[in-house]
Amino acid sequence: MARPPGRFPAMSGMSHLLFGLGLRKPHYGDFLDGDEPVAVDFVEVISENFMVPGGRPRDVLRRVRERHPVALHGVSMSVGSADGIDRDYLARLRLLVDDVDPLFVSDHLCWTRIEGFNSHDLLPLPYTEEALDVVCDNIAVAQDVLGREMLIENPSSYVAFDAPMTEWEFLDAMCARTGCGLLLDVNNIYVSATNHGFDAQAYLAGIPADRVAQIHLAGHSQGRTLLIDTHDRPVPPPVWTLYEAAIARLGPVATMIERDDDIPPLAELLDELQAARDMAGAHMRRAA
Amino acid sequence: MQRDFRAWLSESSDDAALRIGEAVRPGLEVYHDNYRAALANCLAEVFERVRLWIGDERFRSTTAAHIDVTPPHAWTLDAYAGDFPETLELLFGDDPEIAELGWLDLALSEAFVGPDSAPVDPGRLGGIDWDRAVLRLSPTLTTHVFRSNAAAIWSALSAGEVPPVAALLAEPVTMLVWRKGLMPCFRTLEPAEAKAIDLARSGVGFGSICAAMLEQLEEEDGVAAAGQLLGRWMGDGLVVGID
Repeated sequence: MARPPGRFPAMSGMSHLLFGLGLRKPHYGDFLDGDEPVAVDFVEVISENFMVPGGRPRDVLRRVRERHPVALHGVSMSVGSADGIDRDYLARLRLLVDDVDPLFVSDHLCWTRIEGFNSHDLLPLPYTEEALDVVCDNIAVAQDVLGREMLIENPSSYVAFDAPMTEWEFLDAMCARTGCGLLLDVNNIYVSATNHGFDAQAYLAGIPADRVAQIHLAGHSQGRTLLIDTHDRPVPPPVWTLYEAAIARLGPVATMIERDDDIPPLAELLDELQAARDMAGAHMRRAA
Repeated sequence: MQRDFRAWLSESSDDAALRIGEAVRPGLEVYHDNYRAALANCLAEVFERVRLWIGDERFRSTTAAHIDVTPPHAWTLDAYAGDFPETLELLFGDDPEIAELGWLDLALSEAFVGPDSAPVDPGRLGGIDWDRAVLRLSPTLTTHVFRSNAAAIWSALSAGEVPPVAALLAEPVTMLVWRKGLMPCFRTLEPAEAKAIDLARSGVGFGSICAAMLEQLEEEDGVAAAGQLLGRWMGDGLVVGID
């Protein structure tokens, strides 16, 4: 599938910016029990947490979906696996997609599985033509099974390989060849740029802006020698600065706060989301 | 490269790490830590009562030993918990309550996300030919034979109470786990009920279950005993269809 011209389809016709949160267990009550829906435009869930036969997770998702648009964000598709994509996984994801009618379906530019071994981590790829062939073939299979275009997220990485392409050149080629869109994780750009010494602004300039359909904002931690993508604290100032540069380059893109650990009360995340709204709104007013 | 990564993560192979690149060793260490932390967190989440029973330190060393020899094989992290009760049985053969606590933690966790099924409405049982009727039981139902008082230990730990001292039971009992509505449940079964559950799961007609009850209970009215069980199963939401 070649890249279709223009903006990623899910974004066409969108009359306003969308701002969302990742749905996490400590906030189920807030999202399900309040008299009024939580003030978000969408929620994002980890697909695998709901790719189960039944029980409370599916009940929660059904009830949340009655109140909010839902984006499905996966961690186990493994589009970088050299031995192909797991058909059972795709079939189960398709069932979830059919149930939820999601706003977006996304996963990561990484590999997690090889020959029956599943690392349950987002492992790095060398940005070579060979890896590009693998990733594009796997995305094509996934999009065919799912019957829709996917978003692929740039990962945080702790190992970089000697390779002919930069990550942003790889993403550009991947989008052109598969027609997929991008989920741009601004924190991941910052973490990887710091860890590997590349220019985050060059990254923003190099990605195909018209394919970016969603943005993640998150926090990170300082490890022994590297920044670690922990998602366990507020969005830090350098990531906000990069977000401002991203919206200046990309224009209106659905944005969400992603918090996976040390999860605070919902109100704190809504405050962070408001900061994103304010930043994007100010930019849009300046651009107008 | 991906095989080398696998060897580094699952076997801590220095040779594999060198082939990936000595210069990226700090990054490889991050992935190695992440890999083991994800698996350890999965086990700690599912086997909470085992952790409470044997203590944090012993639980950490047990999960580390399990992770050393058990690489994850499924796309869902939930599946990683499946092999852990076997490891508990191997490592703590003299303390059967530990593996039985593990079985109960796992079974409840699996029932929590098992297939949905609506229980049969007790008000719609008229006109059924009970001799030939075949009961369909909840797809979340599972059983296991316990030799110890692990169920009492589990309940006390879950309630934040002081658990009883581990002890072997005078006779082994069958433990039943299922989900009622959205809530996973468990209870012990008397031998006659355990036999009846086995028969029902094997697909025999209710008439055959009544006959077996008659034999098992050495009572004249096996039908009445089976009827009482049926009433309890209906109340527990165990019966999801009658064919």
